[in-house]
Amino acid sequence: MLGLFFLGVSLALREGRISPTELCKKCLNRIKKTQHLNAYITVTEESALKQAQQSEVRLLKGPLDGIPFAVKDNFCTKNIKTTCASKMLKDYTPPYNATVVQKLLDQGAVLMGKANLDEFAMGAGCTDGAFGPVKNPWSYAAPYREQTGAMLESDWAITGGSSGGSAAAVASLTSYLALGSDTGGSTRNPGALCGVVALKPTYGLLSRHGLIPLVNSMDVPGIMARSVNDAAIVLGILQGLDVRDSTTVPAPSPLTELPQDFDVKNICVGIPKEYHAPGLSEETLAQWSRVADLFERAGAQVKQVSLPHTQYSIVCYHVLCHAEVASNMARFDGLEYGHRSQIDSSTEVMYASTRHEGFNDVVRGRILSGNYFLLKQNYQHYFVKAQKVRRLIADDFRNVFGSGVDVLLTPTTLSDAACYQDFTQEDNRTRSAQEDVFTQPANMAGLPAVSVPTALSRRGLPIGLQLIGPALHDKKLLSVAQWIEQRVGFPSISDWDYSRERSAHIH
Amino acid sequence: MTEDITWLFLDPSLKISFQGLTTSGVVSPDLHFIHTPQQLVGVVGLEIHAQINSSTKLFSGSSVRFSAPPNSLVSFFDASLPGTLPVLNRRCVEAAVMTGLALNCNINRKSLFDRKHYFYADLPAGYQITQQRQPVAVDGTLTYSLLEGKKRSQVIRKNVHIKQIQLEQDSGKSLHDDVHSQTLIDLNRAGVGLMELVMEPDMSCGEEAAAAVRELQLILQALGTCQGNMSEGQLRVDANVSVHRPGEPLGVRTEVKNINSVRYLARAIDYEIQRQIGILQRGGTVQNETRAYDSKSGLLIKHSLPISLTSAASFFRFMPEPNLPPLIVYEDNASLPAGIDACQAVVVQKIKEGLPELPSIKRDRLVQTYGILPEHSFTLVNEDGLVEYFEAVLMATKKEPRKVIGWVTNELLGHLKQQDLSVSQSPISPPALAELLELQETGHISSSVAKQVFQKMWRSPGKTAAQITQEHDLGLVSDTAQLHSICQKVVDSHPDEVHAIRNGNKKVLNKLMGLVQKETKGRADPVLVRKILQEKTS
Repeated sequence: MLGLFFLGVSLALREGRISPTELCKKCLNRIKKTQHLNAYITVTEESALKQAQQSEVRLLKGPLDGIPFAVKDNFCTKNIKTTCASKMLKDYTPPYNATVVQKLLDQGAVLMGKANLDEFAMGAGCTDGAFGPVKNPWSYAAPYREQTGAMLESDWAITGGSSGGSAAAVASLTSYLALGSDTGGSTRNPGALCGVVALKPTYGLLSRHGLIPLVNSMDVPGIMARSVNDAAIVLGILQGLDVRDSTTVPAPSPLTELPQDFDVKNICVGIPKEYHAPGLSEETLAQWSRVADLFERAGAQVKQVSLPHTQYSIVCYHVLCHAEVASNMARFDGLEYGHRSQIDSSTEVMYASTRHEGFNDVVRGRILSGNYFLLKQNYQHYFVKAQKVRRLIADDFRNVFGSGVDVLLTPTTLSDAACYQDFTQEDNRTRSAQEDVFTQPANMAGLPAVSVPTALSRRGLPIGLQLIGPALHDKKLLSVAQWIEQRVGFPSISDWDYSRERSAHIH
Repeated sequence: MTEDITWLFLDPSLKISFQGLTTSGVVSPDLHFIHTPQQLVGVVGLEIHAQINSSTKLFSGSSVRFSAPPNSLVSFFDASLPGTLPVLNRRCVEAAVMTGLALNCNINRKSLFDRKHYFYADLPAGYQITQQRQPVAVDGTLTYSLLEGKKRSQVIRKNVHIKQIQLEQDSGKSLHDDVHSQTLIDLNRAGVGLMELVMEPDMSCGEEAAAAVRELQLILQALGTCQGNMSEGQLRVDANVSVHRPGEPLGVRTEVKNINSVRYLARAIDYEIQRQIGILQRGGTVQNETRAYDSKSGLLIKHSLPISLTSAASFFRFMPEPNLPPLIVYEDNASLPAGIDACQAVVVQKIKEGLPELPSIKRDRLVQTYGILPEHSFTLVNEDGLVEYFEAVLMATKKEPRKVIGWVTNELLGHLKQQDLSVSQSPISPPALAELLELQETGHISSSVAKQVFQKMWRSPGKTAAQITQEHDLGLVSDTAQLHSICQKVVDSHPDEVHAIRNGNKKVLNKLMGLVQKETKGRADPVLVRKILQEKTS
């Protein structure tokens, strides 16, 4: 039951094969069994059971009613701690729900808990949060354990980040779907490494109200699910104008289920040559070719295209990201909420010590460099220049889509998930630059992109491919993604369910 | 001599004299005055923060109210709770556009919002949302007038250039408790919409600055875009003051802050100009600093606290506000793009049509329509509701406006000021005053009695002029027999005066007339009295 897509569970709920409370209990039980993954910062057991019960007494009103879900801990949840995996907000309880959370609750979905992340969503490994790293569920499943010969607890692989907790929650079958956030790839990257579908919708299609920002001009709530169709249904519920977020746009069309027999004959798939990046693993490249071939054989037009400014994207991304981080983090001064230092000999000293104690090195480093970029004498050289290049990157995409390309097919990440011990050999900044290389250009341009799991690597870890579409063509993008999903035959983790748990017990 | 001529050349206003000098090659004796070294003069620019008169804040739905309990008007956004976003208040934009139009500004069809960063306890987000790059209105003019001459009857019109009007958030308030070394923060004001108006340094003294601010205050009040009460902080004025010799580059400026009335503004600026002149004359240099006006001592004191903010001006980090798309205003309904509801958009044409009569137009109209003096038009317009009062009186009386104006600007306003009342609080209503004036106009009471009746009406509201006249027997005495006997008594008791009149000194008759009026408490019909006295002294 837990291994199903939520649509499958939804049907089971309607047919009375399982009750919302039973389902909720199963998931809570599962959360306890997979505690070692550290996927959740807060498990909302009590309120989840209450919601499940409410769902039970009410006639099931929609596909999401009674469905357990997880929310990345940088979305505000009313009366439930929202920490951003930071000491700064360790005990912070918001008085309101983020719009996207509220919409899911309104549909009767059952909130299981708040998912772990890198502090303030700054990271690509889910290794830099105040509550410890998240472990990739696949690194406890048989394929990995058998094929790598991993015997030690420390041999686990990372989830990717920053929405690693959300990805792990969906992959480990403790939630049927999860909200992540995606600023430079934070939903797609862990989605790919944990073998779940991860959608970053068009910028502005989903409300950011209640999402504690990383980079306002790039942040998009991300959707993680077990199938493309599940993601499409959630998108249909979450999309649209929100008066509380002035950057939202009306949904181009109501979105329900995707067509099951989408024909790719008339579509043109672009393969951007710049995405043959250094460090791209042989296996990922092979998956990329394999899926491109699938399209070709199905009659789609597959052509190489060029996005010439891609190489500058990651640098510009960092300048813009750090500048906005410096600005967004200015409110954390310990006065209105959050951590406040005991050292209070003056207001200034209190600010400084509060922020020193509250933020980790990564956050403080970005604040420092961001403020440097925003200094009057540097503003033109860094911020304005980065914005100009951002425009060129967006233009690259516009040109390609204007030339008749419907979707771009790229890898999501360079390779499968790294082992924690290997990943932490390099610092956060280096890793972010490496890991976001394929994902952040879509954020720079505000385009919809989705990562679809395609295969397990030789190490037994998931590999995902990314599709990028033109703005507001999210539905078409998902239709193409589903076409891939239907053909690649990605396995379910539940196929190895027991061995996964057994290996977890051994160590 | 050469030096003086160079001076002249640098002063554009005296250029013509200079050209006259060079062409003739002769120094004209009547131009001698320009050869003395030029005096240092003040240069004044203003930055004015006007709180927008709106029921809710600039980016949140919280109410705006003065002196509400601390932190009772604070939304999640105002307290900068994480994840909250700004939502622009259309009323505030319309107010800024309307103000821009009234000040002859160009309204930017597209304007942008920026974040200005600094750490301060009453700025919860650590930045203020403002319009640094592209404000909503630019390049306007404010015309104000100075009353000069002995009787302040000479109206001098002056212009000050408005550089820009930008929308921005107000900050909260910090209350420093020195005893417990604590700072208490009240966020009620945080996020209230402000219009920052930047006036170029086109003024030269406190009086000019005060007149410009007063005119702006009247305009804002007429528009209803700002209540303009300086003591409640709805209008806050910072002055940039420097001194120089005309024609030379501007001197180092200081910023004068914390001024809460127009009167103090003039005083503070003049004080600062004199202070700077004194420094320069002693050979010193003026420091770029912020000075706060202390209304008790009348001194400008070097600012201790927020100077850390202003001195860090170059470190303000600006950045586009990413959560607000560009603000677009439309010229007219025809220019609205498809799918945009006219009710949701800000349409310049619609706002233009709704502009009320501005103070300067109103003054011109009053002078032209009623034939009153310009200085009276200033008095009328300066006092909230006085024009309406004046016009209401005129509606109800046949008395000429030129005769009514004195009653309104002297009697009425004098009494109001004495008791610190507003026009709307006047115990005498316009129809009541009109009735009094009618009694005088139709000869029922004399002008001196009319003033007595006014006083009595003021003290006993509700009683009509006719009632008071009757109660106190103040009606004009026109009984010929009674007047004859009074006049005879006066004539009999003043033989010297009668003698003088008979010898041709007709002016003395007035003295006798005064004595008769004294007898009758000013109630005697003056025409009749004169006739009788003339008969008796002929």
